[in-house]
This record gives sequence, C-alpha cells and structure tokens, in this order.
Amino acid sequence: MTNWIIAPAILPALTAALLILVRRRDIRMQRIVSVVATLALVGIAIFLYHLASDGEPRVYRVGAWPAPFGIVLVLDRLSATMLLLAAALALAILVYAVAGWDERGRHFHALFQFQLLGLNGAFLTGDIFNLFVFFEVMLIASYGLMLHGGGARRLGAGFQYVAINLVASTLFLIAIGLIYGITGTLNMADLAVKVPQVAAGNEALLRTGALLLFLVFAIKAAFVPLHWWLPGTYSSASAPVAALFAIMTKVGAYAIIRVYGTIFGADAGALAGVAVPWILPAALATLLVGAIGLLASRTLLDLASFNIVASMGTLLIAIGLFDVDGLTTALYYLVHSTLTGAALFLIVDLITTRRIERGDALIPGHPIRQAPILGALFFLTALAAVGLPPLSGFIGKLLVLDAAYESPQAGLIWLFVLGASLMMTIAFARAGSIVFWNTVGRTTGPTWATMPISPIVVVALLVCAIALLSIFAGPAVEAFHATAEQLLAPADYIDAVLGSTNVMPSTGH
Amino acid sequence: MELLVASAVGLMTAVGVYLLLQRRTFPIIIGLTLLSYAVNVFLFSAGRLVVNLPPIISDAGAYTDPLPQALVLTAIVISFGMTALIVVLALRSFLETENDNADIPGEDLAPEAEADR
Repeated sequence: MTNWIIAPAILPALTAALLILVRRRDIRMQRIVSVVATLALVGIAIFLYHLASDGEPRVYRVGAWPAPFGIVLVLDRLSATMLLLAAALALAILVYAVAGWDERGRHFHALFQFQLLGLNGAFLTGDIFNLFVFFEVMLIASYGLMLHGGGARRLGAGFQYVAINLVASTLFLIAIGLIYGITGTLNMADLAVKVPQVAAGNEALLRTGALLLFLVFAIKAAFVPLHWWLPGTYSSASAPVAALFAIMTKVGAYAIIRVYGTIFGADAGALAGVAVPWILPAALATLLVGAIGLLASRTLLDLASFNIVASMGTLLIAIGLFDVDGLTTALYYLVHSTLTGAALFLIVDLITTRRIERGDALIPGHPIRQAPILGALFFLTALAAVGLPPLSGFIGKLLVLDAAYESPQAGLIWLFVLGASLMMTIAFARAGSIVFWNTVGRTTGPTWATMPISPIVVVALLVCAIALLSIFAGPAVEAFHATAEQLLAPADYIDAVLGSTNVMPSTGH
Repeated sequence: MELLVASAVGLMTAVGVYLLLQRRTFPIIIGLTLLSYAVNVFLFSAGRLVVNLPPIISDAGAYTDPLPQALVLTAIVISFGMTALIVVLALRSFLETENDNADIPGEDLAPEAEADR
C-alpha cells in the first residue's frame, strides 16, 4: 500500500518524458495523453486521501534506505489534502487549456506535467533538501509555462520572476547549509528530534537558518513586502498558467505550516515557534496591500492578481495564529482561495477574449456576447473572493474572525479583515459594473456556434466546487480540524518516519 | 583557512547583492552567478573545513562529511541550468525590445507616453 505514495511523483514524471519523446508535434495525441494522465492522478489522489483519512502517517522510503539516511516521502492528512487539491485544479485547468491555449507555444503539456511533479513532490517529501529539489522542479517548469505564448511583455516579466526565484533558491541553500551545519541532518522528523537538543551556543545560528528558510517561503507565498514579483508575473502569464499558479503561492503557505508545525513546533525548546511572531504583522500588511491593489486595478488581470495577494493575506492571518483553530481555518481558506483565484483568472480570460477593442482594461466598451452567463459566473466568483454570503469566502472569513477571537490582536485582525472586505467589495463591484453594464455599441465576441463550450463549462464547474465547499463546510471543517490536530502533534509523524531506524530493511521483500 | 573561506563567501555575496540591484539584466545575471558561487562554497563549509581526509568512514576514524559535497553537486547542477535559462531569457528579451533593462515592457507608462514611442 505504501508504494502508492510515490505514484503522484512518478506518474507526471513518466508522462512528461513520454510527451517530450513521442509524437511531440501531434497536439491531439498530446492532449489525450495529458488529460488521461491527469485523470489518473486525480484517481490516485482520491485513493491516497482515503488512505490518509485514518489519521496514521505513512512513509515511503526511497530505495528502501532507512531514515534519516535516505529520502522519505510522507503521506499524512495535510499532504493528502494538498495532493487532491492540486490534482483536481490541474484537471480543470488542463481541460480549459485544451480548448486552444495549449497550441500557442510548444511543450505546454510536458511542462504542465513537470509542474505537477514538482508540486506533488513538494507536498509529499519529508526532507528539507528534497523539498528544495522539488521546489526547483516546480519552478523550472513554471518558468517555461510562464513564457508560454511568448511576447516581449512575458519575457520581461519572466526575467524578473526567474531572478527573484533564483535569489530565493540561494537563500534556501544558505538556510539548508546552516541547519545541516548545526544539526547534522535534513530529515524533517529527525530535525524535530535534534532541534530541541541543540547546544545553547549554536542556537543563534540555527535561529538564523530557520528565519532564512521562512524568508524563502515568504517570497513564495508573496508576503508583503516580498510580493512585488506576483502581480507582474501573474498578469503577464497566459490564463491557464496564471490559474495554475494560484496553487504556487499556496506551496509557500504549505511549507510554512509543515516546517514550523513539525520541526519548530511547540516541542522545539528554545526555538519553538521561531517564525510565528513574524507571520501575523506581515499577513496584515499583505491583506492591506492586496486590498489597495484591488482598488487601484486598471485592468481585469491586475484585479485577479491582487485578489491572490489579498487572499494570501487572509490565509496567512489564519496561519499566524498557529493553533488548531487557526490552522483549521487556514486549510479551509487555502482550498477556497485556490479555487476562487483560479476561477477568477479563467473568467477574466473569457471576458477579455470577447472584449475585442478594450481587452482587459477597466474602461467602458462594447457589450460582449454570452454576457448573462459570464456575468453570473463573475458575480459568483467575486462573491466568493470578497467573502460575502452565501459562498465559501464568507464562511472562511467568519472562521478567521472566530479563530482570532481569543488572540490578543483580535481587534486588529477584525479591523483589517472587515476593512479589506469592504475595499474588495467596492473594487469587484466597480469592475463588474464597468465590464457588464457600462457598455455602448455593437455586441462583440464569438457566438455560441463558433466558440468551444468547454472553457465556460470548466469555469462553471469550478464555481460549483466553490458552492460545494460552502454547502459541505461542516464536514470539510471537521476534516481540516483533524488535519490541524495531527500537524500540531508531530509525535506520530516522527515515529512513522524514524520508527524503524535501527532495523535495516530486509533485501527481498 | 577559515578566515580565507569566510571572507571569500562574504566578498562574493556582497558583490553579488550589489550587482543584483542594478538596472540592466547583464549585471543582474553576473550577480546571481556570484551569489550561487558564494552559496556553493558556504554549503561546502557546512560539513566543517578539514584537510587531507577521505569522504568515507574508515578504520582510521577521521573522515570528512560527504553529504555537503553531494548537496553542493546538486546545487551546482541546478544553478548552472538556471543561469543558462536566465541568460537565454535576457537575450531573447534584449532582441525583442532592443534594450537591456530589467523592467516589464509597457508597464508604468501612461497611455500618451506609450503612443509617443
């Protein structure tokens, strides 16, 4: 059974290699292989989620090397949730892209699969250096995807994106060097054991390493003031790629939860919660900057990009509480904001392709075809993004306010969350009114007969997923509560990874 | 030896960060390369600096830690590939826009200013 844990990494890797080597000019074949592989990935993710739902962490030892000497992949509730979210989102985006976007550059499908390999690996790995490697796999694929479609603007934005991530990778390596130099291990479970035993003289160096690592994750998660790369990158990327990138910022959030929950958790002695005091102030600033960015947006793509920044702010406030309620909320909001952020990018793309003269600029223009259905989808997604009832954004923000109630900074958190919601409501209402109501002249855009139907269906399904997350908020929150409890009590995780350290595995099993 | 390695890492990082803050893409790439050199030497020193010892556990007892060396190899491969990619990107960008600035073309310009170009 535990062998299935590596399947989410193997399947995209093999698929991508196959797509590069075989029939690379046959777009039909590429589409079929890519969609079938992603469907299979969703199946595997559902199976693994079911496997992890009994609350027992499972470990796959790569090459059967005993931990902490070999690399381990660990499946627990958190990684299973992230795998399922990534696979489901990827399938939706892939179906969207197959309607035409994938033809505008080469190797879209291979890069897409490599991106999934990096994402899945990062969610599964139990080793910090391996996390670095999977981050790099994910980033290399994302560079290719970001440039998909070409053009001077994408190249310029791509350069900045690559440069900032190279700096982040450098910081990651320095942090790894410091942590390894002090503790002599990079296995997360082993680190959780070794960090409390560090000599007092080495504490400062280890603290530096831990905080540098936090800086890296903060760049990925677009913490203010490290968020400047995000709006330029996301608004320049093609629509399906930007939608897929909606989960990339969440990888940063995931890494923060994993590393500062497992390694530097409550049992870490002098270094317990080393990064936690930094999260909340940065999160509040992120929310504020995101909301101001939304108000100042001059294009629909800026609107969708700053929505990601603002949603990261709310998500990070919940993470900053770092207790069971806070993390439960964070996970709920993470799923919600990933789906909403992706859906928004896809709707903006549908609208932009129909506004032939104005494109994505927020200035009055011609009315567009299919306006009723697109308007309804935009309206519903905006409701979810802003956090108005009845959709999941409202439930998520309510959970944040509730989780923050006991916190000493409760007043500040309430002020920022509610104030930002108001600013976001104004921004989305303004954008929707300009695009759908403030129109004159002839209707533009393809008719029902001349356009592919699947993109609209995909967006509608994403909105349905948001609705389902709202309707079944009770069971979802229960599952996330169990996940948060498992995460904040890492003893099981450590036992599962290190349990058989002294027993060499038999060779012939 | 500690002083030599430490000052080499420090100097390369300082120069790398300075170059990184420049406006044009070419110094930025050189800066990133210097930073990756600095981090490689730094990672290597995470296994402690020793002279003339094998990276294998032997009966003699003394050995040097082989793991940082493996980490450095991985880091070198990745940073080499990344540098190649960013060079190509900067070149393509230079050829398409005919300037070497690291900003996003067309951004931060008022519509009138864009029309003038």
